[in-house]
Amino acid sequence: MNFPTNKHLFKNSKMTRDLIKVELDIVFRDVLDDDSISLSDSTVAEDIEEWDSINHIQLVVQIEKRYKIRFKAAEIQSWENIGEIIDSIIRKLE
Amino acid sequence: MSDFSHLRKNLKKDYSKFTEIKVAVLGDSATQLLVTALKGQAYENQLNLDVFEADYDQIPLQINNSSSDFHAFQSDYALIFQSSQKLLSQFNKTEIGRRKYWAEIQVNQIKEYYDKIKSHSSKTRLIVFNLPIVNDSIFGNYSNKVEISFSFQLRKFNYLLSVLSVDLTDIHICDLASMQSNLGLEKFLNTSMYYNNSMVLSLDVLPIVAKNTLDIISAGEGKFKKCLILDLDNTMWGGVIGDDGVENIQIGSLGIGSAFSELQTWAKELNNRGIILAVCSKNTESIAKEPFETHPDMVLRLYDFAVFVANWENKADNIRYIQRVLNIGFDSMVFLDDNPFERNIVRENLPDVTVPELPEDPVEYLTYLRGQNLFETMSFSFEDKERTKKYQVEAKRVEIKEKHTDEESFLRSLEMKCAVANFTTFNIPRVAQLTQRSNQFNLRTKRYSEEEIQRIQKSENHIGLAFSLEDKFGDYGLISVVILEKRNHNELFIDTWLMSCRVLKRGVEKFVLSTIVEQANELDIKLISGEYIPTVKNDLVRNHFSDLEFKSHDFDLWSLNLNEFSDKQTFIQKQQNDERFN
Repeated sequence: MNFPTNKHLFKNSKMTRDLIKVELDIVFRDVLDDDSISLSDSTVAEDIEEWDSINHIQLVVQIEKRYKIRFKAAEIQSWENIGEIIDSIIRKLE
Repeated sequence: MSDFSHLRKNLKKDYSKFTEIKVAVLGDSATQLLVTALKGQAYENQLNLDVFEADYDQIPLQINNSSSDFHAFQSDYALIFQSSQKLLSQFNKTEIGRRKYWAEIQVNQIKEYYDKIKSHSSKTRLIVFNLPIVNDSIFGNYSNKVEISFSFQLRKFNYLLSVLSVDLTDIHICDLASMQSNLGLEKFLNTSMYYNNSMVLSLDVLPIVAKNTLDIISAGEGKFKKCLILDLDNTMWGGVIGDDGVENIQIGSLGIGSAFSELQTWAKELNNRGIILAVCSKNTESIAKEPFETHPDMVLRLYDFAVFVANWENKADNIRYIQRVLNIGFDSMVFLDDNPFERNIVRENLPDVTVPELPEDPVEYLTYLRGQNLFETMSFSFEDKERTKKYQVEAKRVEIKEKHTDEESFLRSLEMKCAVANFTTFNIPRVAQLTQRSNQFNLRTKRYSEEEIQRIQKSENHIGLAFSLEDKFGDYGLISVVILEKRNHNELFIDTWLMSCRVLKRGVEKFVLSTIVEQANELDIKLISGEYIPTVKNDLVRNHFSDLEFKSHDFDLWSLNLNEFSDKQTFIQKQQNDERFN
């Protein structure tokens, strides 16, 4: 599944956010090795047992690879929940 | 090469059938992901790592404190992972006048670590990661001319570390500097991982670093490649010799011919280092041999190959034949073939043989192969270079053997002479190497480093014996090693007894036993004891002690009472020791 990065196809809509969330589910399930993971905008690290600081590094790198983007270091530190990660991704793709 | 998530997933697999190795990881940066990668890669190398990971930035603390967890762990391998990034900030705090000596001080520190670690655990080998060059751009390119620049000192550190490791053979270097120069700093360092998490290796690089580290450890455990088997058409030269003819194949200095010439040169250099070369080609033998005999631009010649197989049979069967002649494990063989079909046949039938997935374009072969680090080793002795000759001679012996109908007349016809020596400066590298690489005829499979052998040489409680054999066809060189340990004045324990499989069925075991008995008699000891420790590979010597009339105690403990011993007939003459080697 490839995300439409072509600009005129891209809109910051609920549909886009849902699509990114589905893709993040796949990344998180793979990295954290837990198929029961289902993310929402309000999900935080404490909600998912395996989501520690070490696994977080891998999550970031995998997300960057999937969308061919690069987060700023400060951005990575600022995230409070999944919704904010999705915001960052959308900002990069816009 | 595996990617990081593949390695991480390996951790869930079953490691229980693999050899357990204790590895301590000491880093000046965060090493959690490195440890994950090492453990995951260990599965690929069929090893089971028991890892002690020191807390972040505790290298001096763990090593200098005699009662630290690190020393208590008693590792087989201790990894010292310092990073150029962390060292740069330390370098910048060094006063300008002392920066000139920075590399010397750092390498001295490694030497002190080494001494300290060895004083707590003599078996531990160090794997030190050398330092990728980081140009801090304070002096630009001019830094190469300025002794007090960081990149100048980094290069000096790497050089001095190598020099140190020449003397201290238990220091091994994982060549991070080369890895970074191959991949580039940008791929090596993920800056956000560095600033956010204090990690200096990116997820893309971790598997490569882990593989190189595990290659070193595997080599230390006796798992390494001994033989390179080569296909010919479109692998050793461009074109098909049977169709194109010797004058039309691509080889030499023109165009892509030079890619094949360089590949041949690489194979030749491996051969010089002691890797046995063999040919396995679908061809008519005389036609396949023609370029080696007549083409002026060929780098390899027929005498470079220990075995040359060119026929129309299945390649897996041909490799089985090569294995029988050379008498080495399939897991020590690498097979190069441009044809994916042939590669798959070999992979399917002989899964232990390493079959690199060569790129489609021949000009990429060599770069690809160099990147695979196929021929890691833990030792090198000049005797390695003579190996091809030995195997060629062996082929002649096999021929003669078929002419003699009975064993005795065959053995007599060989006119064997055996020289016995204690461990000496000359034979210690080879002795240590044999303890590391002998798997089949090896009663206890104890691996020794050169330094340990040196200690045994000096020990009053040990006797080291090295046996060299020659016959009318040639010199086998050092073929058997025995280490005896004096126990309680009345017992001589066989700590190590190993023999090269090239001299199986020559009566060498009986000859060696007579020598052990002589040693016991000199010491007035009446009891010789031994042990057989079974491994996957040494079934060959399961009955070794009973064949030599030792009495069994429990399980695999054996002893021989010299009052009941009678010398066995051999056809080996004892050679007077050469003065030079004493």
